[in-house]
Amino acid sequence: MFLAGEGLSPSAALVAAGILLTACSGLPGLVLARRDGTGQKIATLLMVAGSGLGLAGALNALLTGASARYVITGGFLVVGGEWGVDPLSAFFLIPLFLLAGCGALYGSGYFPEAKHPSAAPRLTFFFGLLAASVALVFTARDALLFLLAWEVMALASFFALTTEDHRKEVREAGLLFLVAAHMGTLVLFAHFSLLKAATSSFTFPGAGSLSGGTAPAAAIFLTALVGFGFKAGIMPLHIWLPSAHAAAPSHVSALMSGVIIKSGIYGIVRVTSFYHTPPAWWGMTLLTLGIISAVAGVLFAIGQHDLKRLLAYHSIENIGIIAMGIGVALIGRSSGSLPLELLGMGGALLHLLNHALFKGLLFLGAGSVIHAVGTREIDLMGGVAKRLPLTGLFFLTGAAAICGLPPLNGFVSEYLIYLGLFRGVAGIGTVVTSGLPLMALAIPALALVGGLALACFVKAYGVVFLGVHRQESVTQPHEAGLSMLLPMGILALLCVLIGLFPQGGIRLLEPAVAGWFPVSAGMATGVTLPAPVGWITVMGLLLIFFTLAIIPVALKKRPGGIAGAVTWDCGFLRPTPRMQYTASSFAATLVDLFGGMLRPRRHRPKISGPYPEPALFSSHVPEVVLELLYLPLLKRGNELLMPLRRLQHGQIPLYILYIFVTVIVLLLLAP
Amino acid sequence: MNSLMDQLLVLVMLLNFLGLGTSRMQVAIRTVAFQGVILGLLPGLAHTFSWHLGMITLGIILAKGVLIPWLLFRAMRRVEIREAVEPFLSYSATLLLAAVATALAFVFAAKLPLAPQHQGLLFVPAAIATIITGFLVLTTRKKAITQVIGYLILENGIFIFGLLLSQAMPVMVEAGVLLDLIVGIFVMGIIINQISREFSSIDTSRLTALREER
Repeated sequence: MFLAGEGLSPSAALVAAGILLTACSGLPGLVLARRDGTGQKIATLLMVAGSGLGLAGALNALLTGASARYVITGGFLVVGGEWGVDPLSAFFLIPLFLLAGCGALYGSGYFPEAKHPSAAPRLTFFFGLLAASVALVFTARDALLFLLAWEVMALASFFALTTEDHRKEVREAGLLFLVAAHMGTLVLFAHFSLLKAATSSFTFPGAGSLSGGTAPAAAIFLTALVGFGFKAGIMPLHIWLPSAHAAAPSHVSALMSGVIIKSGIYGIVRVTSFYHTPPAWWGMTLLTLGIISAVAGVLFAIGQHDLKRLLAYHSIENIGIIAMGIGVALIGRSSGSLPLELLGMGGALLHLLNHALFKGLLFLGAGSVIHAVGTREIDLMGGVAKRLPLTGLFFLTGAAAICGLPPLNGFVSEYLIYLGLFRGVAGIGTVVTSGLPLMALAIPALALVGGLALACFVKAYGVVFLGVHRQESVTQPHEAGLSMLLPMGILALLCVLIGLFPQGGIRLLEPAVAGWFPVSAGMATGVTLPAPVGWITVMGLLLIFFTLAIIPVALKKRPGGIAGAVTWDCGFLRPTPRMQYTASSFAATLVDLFGGMLRPRRHRPKISGPYPEPALFSSHVPEVVLELLYLPLLKRGNELLMPLRRLQHGQIPLYILYIFVTVIVLLLLAP
Repeated sequence: MNSLMDQLLVLVMLLNFLGLGTSRMQVAIRTVAFQGVILGLLPGLAHTFSWHLGMITLGIILAKGVLIPWLLFRAMRRVEIREAVEPFLSYSATLLLAAVATALAFVFAAKLPLAPQHQGLLFVPAAIATIITGFLVLTTRKKAITQVIGYLILENGIFIFGLLLSQAMPVMVEAGVLLDLIVGIFVMGIIINQISREFSSIDTSRLTALREER
C-alpha cells in the first residue's frame, strides 16, 4: 500500500500513525503468554501512544483548518480508495481518540489479563481494532473504503461487546446488535449505490456540490437517515442500543456510546454536507425524529433499574438532541439563514463532543461502581459515595453535565441549540420560511428533556451513591485503582473546562462547522458562532463563587453540627438498609404519568388472609418499541413466509436441482 | 483430425447415456473413467505436439483414468456399497430427459454468440450435454457416491468447454484443476465413509437433520 501524491501532510500522517498503532495494539497480546499481563500492558501503551498521535493530528487539522485527500492505490490484498483528513473528520476524531486512550487505560484496570486470561487478550485486540476502524470510518473518502471500515467496526464491536459470552443475555444482546448493524449496512449499500448513480463515482463529492431538490436526492437522504439512523440509535431504530450497552464491558460501552453511535451522526452530517439546497422537509424530519428520540429516550431511562441500561437510554436522548441541532441547521440552510445553520450545526457538533466526554465518564464511573459492588441493579446499591469518594465525585460531574446544568459542558451545547431555535422562532436577524411551529414545539421539548434528565440523574446518583448500602456483601466495596481513576479524572476535567471556558471548544468547533458548508460559500477562512460565549464564562464563575460562598453559611446555622442517625421509622424497631427509597419508587410517579407510552409491567403477588405468606413485588419498563412493534411484525412476517420454508427441506439432490433449474432458465433467457 | 475429434466427442456423449442409464455402480465408475481418458486424448489431437502437452495428456489420463476410479472403488469397498444405483427417478425417465437435454444442447449451441472459428464445432453442444447429464446424475441419484460420479461428469463437461477456450492450455491451470479434483474426490471418499459409519447408510435423502425447524 502506498499513498500517491506528495507525501502526507503532518496532520494526516499523525492520524494515519494513530490508526495503525491502535489497530495493531492488541496483536502482541494474542501471542504472548497470558498470565503475566505483558500483552495488555503493551496494548495499553500502544493505544495511549496511538491515541495521542491521532489526537495531535486531529487538533492540528482543526487549528490549521487544512484538509487533505489522498488516493490509496489498490494492490494485493489491499483495497484502494480515497482517504483524507479534513476539519469535519478531525472534529469527530477528537472524542474517538480521547475515549480510545482513556478506555484502554481504564480497561487494563477494569478487565485485567491476570483475572481473565482467555477473554482479556481478545477484548484488548478487538478494542484496538474497533478504535482504528472508527477512525477509518471518519477519514474514508470513498464508499468502498467507508463500507469496509464500517463493517470492520460492526464486527469488532460485536466481538468486544460479547466478551462475557458465557452469559445468555450478553449473547442475545450481541445477536440483536449484529442484526441491527447489518440491517443498517444493507440500507447503506442502497444509499451508496444511489449516491454513485447521482455522482457517477464512488468518491465522496465535495461539500455543497449537489442539488438537493431532486427525487434521487430525497432517496439518498432517506436511505442515509435509515442506514445511519440504525447505528446512531434514532428512536424507532434504537432497539439494539440498550441491551448492547448494558452487556458490553464498561470501557467498550463508553466507546460505543461516545463514538460508535456518533459514526451514524457523522454519516448524516457528511451526507447532508453534499447538498447546497436541501428541501425544508429534510430538516423538519430530523428535528421531529430528534424531539421523539430525546423525549422518549429520557422517559425510558427513568424507568430503568439497570445502571448501564439507564445510561444507554440517555445516549438515545442525547442523539435526539444532536439530531435536533442538525435539523435546525438544515432548516436554516433550506431557508438561507446563516445564523440558524451556524448555531444548529455548532450546537449539534459540540454536543456530540460533550456527550462523548460526559457519557464516557458516566460509563467508566458506572463500571467502577459495578466492579466494586458486583451488580448492575441500582436497587441493590446505595451509599457507594462513602466507599468510592472519587468515583462518586466524577460521576456527579458527569451527571450534572448530562443534565445540561451550568457551569458544565452539556449546558454550553444545549444553549447553542436553544439559541438557534429561539432565533428561528423569533425571526431575529433571519427569516425562516418553513418549520416555524415545529421549532416552537422543539423549545419546550428540549426543556422537558432537560428537566426529566435531571430527575433521572437525581434518582441514579441518589440511590446509587447516597444513603446506606443495601446488600450485606462479604467484601466491602473499595475505590478503583489509579488506572481507572485517571481516565475518569481526565474526562471530568475536560467537562469542567469546556463548561467554564467554552472559547477553547468553540475554537475547535468553528473549522468543523465551516467544513459542513459549501466550498463556494467563502467559509474557508472560518466562521464565528453568533453566541455570547464570554458571558457563559462569567456566569459560570459567578455561580461557582456564590455556591462556595453559601456552603459555609448554610452549614453554620445548625447548632451542634450535623448528627448522624437513622431516618425516623414510625417507631419500627429494626430498620434495615432495604427500607430506603428505591429507584423504582422514586421514578414511579413519572413512570405512571407516561404509562401509556412506557407500558410498565408490574408483577403483583396475590395477598390473601390475615397472615399472608412472604411475597415478592417487582416492576420493570420493557423495551416497548422492540416488544410491541418489531417482534410482532417479525412474527407476522415469519408466519406469512412459512410456506416458503418448504423450499428448505434438507434434500441435497433437490438443492442441486435448484441450481440446475436456475442454470437452464439462465440459458433460455440468454439472447 | 477434426473428424476423429468429432467421433470422440460423440463417444463422450454416448458415454453420458451409459453412465446415466446403468444400474450398476461399477459400470458407472468405469464409464466416467473411460470418458476421462478420452478427454485426456483430446488436447493432444487439437493442438500440435509439444512436451508440455504430452505431460498434460499423461497427467489427465493418469488422474481421471486410474487414480480417481481407484479412489472410488476403494470408497465402495470400505463402506460395502451394494451394486445398485438407487435413483429417485426411473432409469428410463432420466434417459429420456438426457436425450431431450442433448437435443436442446445442440439447439442452444447454435444460438450462442461464439467466435467464428468455433462455430459449427461439436465442442459446445458436447460440453453442454455433458454438464446437464452431470446435473441429472447429481439430482436423481440417492447415494452419496453416485453424487461424486455426477460431479465428475459435470467436471468433464466443463473440461470440454475449457478445450475450446484456450488455444494451448496453461499447464499450471490444468494441473491445478486436476489437483482440485483429486483432493475433492479423496475428501468425498472420506466423508462418505464417515456418513456411512455415523448413519449406517449413505442415502443422502435421509440427511435432512440440518434443515430449519418449521
